[in-house]
Amino acid sequence: MKLSFSPEDELFRDQVATWLRDNLAGEFEKLKYRGGPGDEHMFPAERQVWEQKLAEGGWTCVGWPREYGGRGCSIEQQVIFFEEYARAGAPGRVGHIGEGLAGPTIIAFGTEEQKRKYLPGIVAGTQLWCQGYSEPSAGSDLANVKTRARLDEARGKWLLNGQKVWTSLAHEADFCFVLARTDPDSVAHKGLGFFLVAMDQPGIEVRPIEQITGTSEFNEVFFDDAECRADDIVGEPGDGWKVAMGLLGFERGVSTLGQQMQFQNELDEVVRFAKGNGAANDPVIRQRIARAHAELKIMRYNSLRMLSGQSASDGALQKEALIYKLFWATWHRTLGELAMDVLGPECDILEGAPYALSRLQSMYLFVRSDTIYGGTNQIQRNIIAERGLGMPREPKGTAR
Amino acid sequence: MEFAFTQEQEMIRETAAAFLAEVSDSAAVRRAMATERGYEPALWDRVCGEMYWQAIHVPEEYGGMGLGYVELVATMEQMGRFLLCSPFFATVCLAGNALRVAGSKEQQSRWLGQLCEGKLTATLAFNSGSSDWGADAITATWRREGDAYVLNGCYRYVIDGHTADLLVIAAREEDSKGEAGIGLFLLPAATAGVECRWLPTMDQARKQAAVRITEVSVGTEAVMGELGQSWEALARVIDIATIALAAEQVGGCQQLLDMTVAYTSERVQFNRTIASYQAVKHKAADMMLRTEVARSAIYYAACIAQEALEGTALSGELSEAASVAKSYCSDAYFAVAGDALQLFGGVGFTWEYDVHLYLKRAKSSEHLLGNGTYHRERLACSLLD
Ligand SMILES: Cc1cc2nc3c(=O)[nH]c(=O)nc-3n(C[C@H](O)[C@H](O)[C@H](O)COP(=O)(O)OP(=O)(O)OC[C@H]3O[C@@H](n4cnc5c(N)ncnc54)[C@H](O)[C@@H]3O)c2cc1C
Repeated sequence: MKLSFSPEDELFRDQVATWLRDNLAGEFEKLKYRGGPGDEHMFPAERQVWEQKLAEGGWTCVGWPREYGGRGCSIEQQVIFFEEYARAGAPGRVGHIGEGLAGPTIIAFGTEEQKRKYLPGIVAGTQLWCQGYSEPSAGSDLANVKTRARLDEARGKWLLNGQKVWTSLAHEADFCFVLARTDPDSVAHKGLGFFLVAMDQPGIEVRPIEQITGTSEFNEVFFDDAECRADDIVGEPGDGWKVAMGLLGFERGVSTLGQQMQFQNELDEVVRFAKGNGAANDPVIRQRIARAHAELKIMRYNSLRMLSGQSASDGALQKEALIYKLFWATWHRTLGELAMDVLGPECDILEGAPYALSRLQSMYLFVRSDTIYGGTNQIQRNIIAERGLGMPREPKGTAR
Repeated sequence: MEFAFTQEQEMIRETAAAFLAEVSDSAAVRRAMATERGYEPALWDRVCGEMYWQAIHVPEEYGGMGLGYVELVATMEQMGRFLLCSPFFATVCLAGNALRVAGSKEQQSRWLGQLCEGKLTATLAFNSGSSDWGADAITATWRREGDAYVLNGCYRYVIDGHTADLLVIAAREEDSKGEAGIGLFLLPAATAGVECRWLPTMDQARKQAAVRITEVSVGTEAVMGELGQSWEALARVIDIATIALAAEQVGGCQQLLDMTVAYTSERVQFNRTIASYQAVKHKAADMMLRTEVARSAIYYAACIAQEALEGTALSGELSEAASVAKSYCSDAYFAVAGDALQLFGGVGFTWEYDVHLYLKRAKSSEHLLGNGTYHRERLACSLLD
């Protein structure tokens, strides 16, 4: 057990920091600290240009193997990259769903042809992805998806029909990975398939949903004979659940450290306000800020534990990985409340009409979703109790 | 960077767990805690003779095993899990670390040598009865008289102070304030004018004492470090010991969680095991979250403590790491103990079941060396002031 980085890794840190300093300038200056959850509507086009700039420097998909266009960085180097990226205030990545979810899934479960076809666009920052899991009747109970996929053998195409909802960034995305039922008579997690579907086609309609912040980052997506090629299914028909669950594991990867640096930036801003308006003298606020700081520190070490440890032989998540989502989501939600309480009555005053939220206001509202998406806090607790502690599974209901 | 246990560290932890499961079961804890001494000398002899824990992180030149603080923390975690009644924390984590941080070469070879042989128990006394564990807690005094120093004052919350052979005590120069004027002294408990009195405690598995020192005169060989300038060294000792105490708290959390899962999986009400109720599962999940987060905090803090002992790159983070770990682990332990008692129902309230031993330990260790509020205020000072 050792916390410090090797001299080579420190050199790598310099290299990342220097590149970011030299390149996150000029036209990109205005992108600093922009984008990311709650701020995705800011400069999407410019941020995609930035994504391509990163790609030119070889700074997209740094943890992917070289054979798939990645940089082949060690875990330590990935840690460093994400830390320096956030430290520099570099913008929220438009490509994160592709780099963090779609790509690793294709690398793990896809065919060679799928890898050749889809990975280069993610690496180059030219093709963006979205995640088509949730449906009106499949939220926490994801296995209840009703969207159907039927193989038209004559045309060599899958035809998709149904509706997805809460699909983040579907309005920006070029592709969507879709969980859909290949066996119409199946129920629950049997009979599902995992499809790679182009968004720009007549069979797909995207309707933005206005969210709590007044902006729209997620959407309804309607499939009406939407098409993809017969070989655009990852795994076999019926394997969809396995592939979809494998993907959830990637959400607990190295990028969590980048997310934490963003949390650090937010906490720093809260501290700046507290010092500025005198809230820093309030003993209760002091306690709350110190608690947030302490827990964010621990969060980093929890991630390092997660990254250093080998998962159990059965592929089960280690305990520190099982609790991670519940921990960070709850922490972040608490930070939002703290931010408003530091601002005091000013927390209600907008930057302008009709509904221009400050960064902290937007953060405060957006963090309410952290304990909902990607498995709600309640679902996380079920998973922890059942997989981490071996307690009995939830009984299945008989409603509907 | 490597944040997983090495195989050797894994082995140390497993060996400790296996040993303690055998020698520190509920009956053994209850036997020891019912005595005024608070531990069974035969068991302490086994700890020193077979496990060599008293020497775990003492450098080899003084007869120690020369392992790191991570190994010590892993062992301490297991001691907390099994509530081992022993003078380990006082002797090794308090006095031993004081000798390592502030002792001269001669003092180290004399006292650490005996300590490693298992012949000596020791403790650290500095707090005169304050919930603020900083320099202001020190009210005992020293004054110079010729070549000698005369010590006067009172201490409370001195762990195992009524049984320790050797005391490391902190005192301030008469009329000094705050962090100025602090001196550290080595004082055999048998010295005339030193009176150590057992303080009966609610957490009977850890013994505390009050120490009174009246006109005790010592020579320069008793002085540790630079007289009058010792606050910084003492602060480091307290931080390093605090990290070990936090590790003990994590062990307690783990045991409570295991006990609760086992009990709720057996107990049937309304024709179901109570573990199948979501309200019970969710509480257990929160207990596991707190336990794992607390564990991450102590492993990181242990690495920092090791750097601080060696004076390497990250030493400067010591006080932050100690406060991060102690504030989180203290609150986690008490919350987990409270939840455990609730999930045990009526039997959790009995003397017979072990839950109360942990509930009491959770509260006593929370306040020892500073509770969550104290440590968060320390963090707030460096963040906000
Ligand atoms: C900002 C945001 C972005 C999102 N982006 C995407 C995306 O890109 N792609 C995508 O596919 N989805 C996305 N989602 C959807 C998200 O994954 C779902 O909202 C989530 O899974 C919860 O489903 P639900 O909203 O239907 O709530 P429900 O499942 O109806 O839950 C409602 C309440 O019931 C509780 N509950 C449900 N089941 C249980 C149970 N078994 N035990 C105890 N309590 C229970 C829940 O905890 C919750 O409190 C996004 C959601 C948000 C808010």
